[in-house]
Amino acid sequence: MKDHAQLAEAFNKDKERVTWHDETLWFVRTKRDKAAHKFAGWEQLRETASQIKNNVLSNLDSYLLQFEANAIKNGITVHWAKDAAQHNQIVLSLLQKHEINSMVKSKSMLTEECHLNEFLQHNGVEVIDTDLGERIVQFRNEPPSHIVLPAIHLKKEDVSDTFHEHLGTKKGNSDPQYLTEAARQHLRETFLTRKLALTGVNFAVAETGEFVVCTNEGNADMGAHLANLHIASMGLEKIIPRREDLGIFLNLLARSATGQPITTYSSHFKRPRNGQEMHIILVDNGRSIQLGRKDFRNSLKCIRCGACMNTCPVYRRSGGHSYHTAVAGPIGSILAPNLDMEKNKDLPFASTLCGSCTNVCPVKIDIHDQLYKWRQEIVKSGYSPKSKTIAMKAMSVSLSKPMVYDISGKALRFTLRYAPFVINNKLNPWYKQREMPAAPESSFKKWYEKNRSKKNNNE
Amino acid sequence: MSSKNDILAAIAANKPDPQPLPIGLYTPESGYNLTNRFIENVTLIGGAVHQISIISEIEQFISTHFPSAIRIITNNKSLKNVGTLLLNNDLDKQIPHELENVDLTILDAPFGVAENGAIWITDELLHHRVLPFITQHLILIIKESSIVASLQQAYSMINNQDYGYGVFISGPSKTADIEQSLVIGAHGSRSLDVFITGQASY
Repeated sequence: MKDHAQLAEAFNKDKERVTWHDETLWFVRTKRDKAAHKFAGWEQLRETASQIKNNVLSNLDSYLLQFEANAIKNGITVHWAKDAAQHNQIVLSLLQKHEINSMVKSKSMLTEECHLNEFLQHNGVEVIDTDLGERIVQFRNEPPSHIVLPAIHLKKEDVSDTFHEHLGTKKGNSDPQYLTEAARQHLRETFLTRKLALTGVNFAVAETGEFVVCTNEGNADMGAHLANLHIASMGLEKIIPRREDLGIFLNLLARSATGQPITTYSSHFKRPRNGQEMHIILVDNGRSIQLGRKDFRNSLKCIRCGACMNTCPVYRRSGGHSYHTAVAGPIGSILAPNLDMEKNKDLPFASTLCGSCTNVCPVKIDIHDQLYKWRQEIVKSGYSPKSKTIAMKAMSVSLSKPMVYDISGKALRFTLRYAPFVINNKLNPWYKQREMPAAPESSFKKWYEKNRSKKNNNE
Repeated sequence: MSSKNDILAAIAANKPDPQPLPIGLYTPESGYNLTNRFIENVTLIGGAVHQISIISEIEQFISTHFPSAIRIITNNKSLKNVGTLLLNNDLDKQIPHELENVDLTILDAPFGVAENGAIWITDELLHHRVLPFITQHLILIIKESSIVASLQQAYSMINNQDYGYGVFISGPSKTADIEQSLVIGAHGSRSLDVFITGQASY
């Protein structure tokens, strides 16, 4: 399997596209900044959300039981799934019980995490993703590259080609208005004819047994309100204690994600409508294990706004697909090693540790600290890349012994001046996309002795 | 059953020490003109706001802006001349799919929120949950005195209201999934016009 660096290298081949990707996500980040700076009390809002989530993690079992009891009282059926396989099996059983073989789905990163689509397709069920971005990547047999902007890695010409092939739009017409209208017509027909709709869950309220789904397109509602059966899949951590807490989280979510004051639709589902069946699947899939990892449990506070991706200099220049996991970017890189440390050992290294992710996180997750801590866990478990381990050992020797340090410094300056090809070559990953700097005339130590040592400063 | 027990046992073994819920850390901004802030936010998210003194101004608006609308649904009794269909118990008997050809829906809504231009509505007023989504165009009517400053106040008004379904609507359906270009009219209503009636309250 290719690691982050190899996949990023492939993404970096198209320089223009990388620049576009980088600038577009930065633009989304600046919209977030504008919204946050305009909002009086933003920092207090973040702190409140963070503390509510800390409270949730410390009472997760009792809140889940309270939520279940209230949801059942409201007429909703509640299922518990230990892992992805159990979750997928529950969905399939409901489909089979009602003899349904095609369904609609609105955005749910959890079902991406569980690989639900592949599983259902293997079992003869047609799944249609209804979020526009997800529909685009589904046509192309690709996973979403961003949790909020699933098709951000594509240009409108790509979408035009895909829609021409699948929806019969005019070849070469890449007007977003025209393409969106084509998807609207295609999906309206689908909404009207599907008997089962699956949605994700943004927040589930323990006190009332209701759950809230946020979209801008209205696709979750179009699906759920027309289907006979509504299944909502949620990770255990989506619980919040009280209805009033929504006032905190709905203010943070869209502002952090795209800079909007709130999503177009914030739908509160409390009871099934007359004649409808409503099911909730509570999914663990590694979350209870992460809860036990003291250094990493805070990652469960995430509300999936994507702000950490939009601000991340590595994500912006490497693209979501280079993270080879359902949730990409900084938050994905601290969630994924919990599920499979060996498979995701490269991800905590796909960061400069600049800390920008931590600064924008609406629930104050210490993302860059956790990336740093995962690196240590990965090295301790023996999963670190060999070349890195050897280099680190060499560095540790030279930094701890002044004489070795002086000699290697001299050697490096000599090489850069007289034989730069030894360093400026394809074998050195630091040479990719950049030139090595010119070698300084002398070492810092020599420069300091000459210019700043005591005897010179006495004048 | 055993999955539930296993999950709960794992959480009980792994959860951190009790952390209290925060109290009074955050207070919403106050002291500004609610109507102006509300209008500013609705406009920002792609909706249009009209302040009117009498309901019949909406009739005028509809005949000007939606001259070709055939199927119009409303829950406002004074607009029954405009609406080809009044939301009532007869409509309840229809299946939601039969609303597919609704051109325009005009709904009285209980209140709006200034800090994000969101308008609250529940299924009691909608009759069919899908109505504000499946309709091609949407008009919402709120009283100026019903505008609250913050979501926090909104939820204290909603309190423990027992709805089956409730939704904050803010603006028309939209997407930016193609190259981040904003397109209004994704799956839900293609436009949102908000009419504010009556006097402000301070």
